[in-house]
Amino acid sequence: MSELSVDHLLGIKYLNNNDINLIFDTADHFKKVINRPIKKVPSLRDITIANLFFENSTRTKLSFELAQKRLSADIINFSSGQSSVSKGETLVDTVNNILSMKVDMVVMRHPNPGAASFLSKHIDARIINAGDGAHEHPTQALLDTYSIREKYGEVKGKKVVIVGDILHSRVALSNIFALQLQGAEVMVCGPKTLIPKHIIELGVKVEVSLRKALNWCDVANMLRVQNERMEISYFPTTREYTQQYGVTKSLLDSLNKEITIMHPGPINRGVEITSEVADSDQAIILNQVENGVAIRMAVMYLLASKIKQ
Amino acid sequence: MSPKVLLNNKEVNIILHRLACQLIEKHTDFSNTVLIGLQPRGTFLAERIKALLMEEYKLPEVQLGLLDITFYRDDFRRSDKVLEANSTEIDFLIENKRVVFIDDVLYTGRSIRAALTAIQSFGRPSEIELLTLIDRRFSRHLPIQPNYRGRQVDAINDEKVLVNWKEISGEDAVYLINN
Repeated sequence: MSELSVDHLLGIKYLNNNDINLIFDTADHFKKVINRPIKKVPSLRDITIANLFFENSTRTKLSFELAQKRLSADIINFSSGQSSVSKGETLVDTVNNILSMKVDMVVMRHPNPGAASFLSKHIDARIINAGDGAHEHPTQALLDTYSIREKYGEVKGKKVVIVGDILHSRVALSNIFALQLQGAEVMVCGPKTLIPKHIIELGVKVEVSLRKALNWCDVANMLRVQNERMEISYFPTTREYTQQYGVTKSLLDSLNKEITIMHPGPINRGVEITSEVADSDQAIILNQVENGVAIRMAVMYLLASKIKQ
Repeated sequence: MSPKVLLNNKEVNIILHRLACQLIEKHTDFSNTVLIGLQPRGTFLAERIKALLMEEYKLPEVQLGLLDITFYRDDFRRSDKVLEANSTEIDFLIENKRVVFIDDVLYTGRSIRAALTAIQSFGRPSEIELLTLIDRRFSRHLPIQPNYRGRQVDAINDEKVLVNWKEISGEDAVYLINN
């Protein structure tokens, strides 16, 4: 247990349990580092990383950027809005141009599923998938399960429900893989229109009643309704969605136990969870954000260690 | 070739007492001095020195921290294995303190160079000294020398110095191994 089994982080489905343990143990050390008066280590001082965001992102991009700076890497940033992509350049051409500037690692978010995997086959750099369409978002699932481990000591045996828009969510898929790999039981909950037809084949439970799901679980991971990915209507109105699938304080208080609330952000306050819930002691949403920096430091440190001089 | 014994149990014990006395000579009551054991192997020596100071020489309080230098090393990506981290446990301020680094073997000096960088994350000490059980004097890559040394050894490069501690190996002894 001292090296990752993969050369890129394309998705949780390519990792094994040892990889996850190694990432978590390394993140433990980095979490201490980022809580020191001087939060920076020189490990990646001779590594250059390109952050390529072909799709909007605020917290993931900031989290990666902060993690890179804490590791002393050199970074270049690219957002498709201000680039030649709009001039018709292909993905491989764009990235090869950037790589000819001697970049060692690429962090990429892209609207097409499989974009990161495609890139890893065509260019000579370590690739980290920061979200590819509705496919995977591995660092989010790592930080989510790391936060569960931090709260409960271990992920194994925990019951976790993922609530909301499962259909359009890369967070859901990566989380399902990560949770199952670590021995958790997983349930998805949401309107039938937002639950993929064959998801049961992944070995997850499906529940349409939010109350039943919350009574079953230890942890509820609340997803945002991704209006920007919906070209048709999946439920009548946002108000109706909230009535059926919004978590309120009174709903939480009426359960037979205290559960933990997670949210990958950005929160639509008053839609999937109320402000009262988001700001309560049961929510670990801000811990997730802090852990995100430590997890991304660990992933980049471990991948960089495989780039030999 | 069988390993050559550099120091046996009794000799290690005498040296530990001498090093503890030398520290007291310089730092008297340790009111403004902290010991920092370097992870992973310097921590055993550091714990022993602390125990001697408090139990044998009756010093009221000796502060000991453990410092991991993994993320500060200069051979990241140059060695074959991933550099796996150990825990850093420094739960006191080192600002304006006199710091004594403790490690078992001083070889190239690169670990100490990394430790000098790492310790800056915890403040600005007034001075830093180095205590080491074994000083391999002809192997230095950097201009770093110990302030307190147990034994100087003239080992050549393909020889290895192995320090065993009761806590993990069942005996206190130092061996020279020919690779």
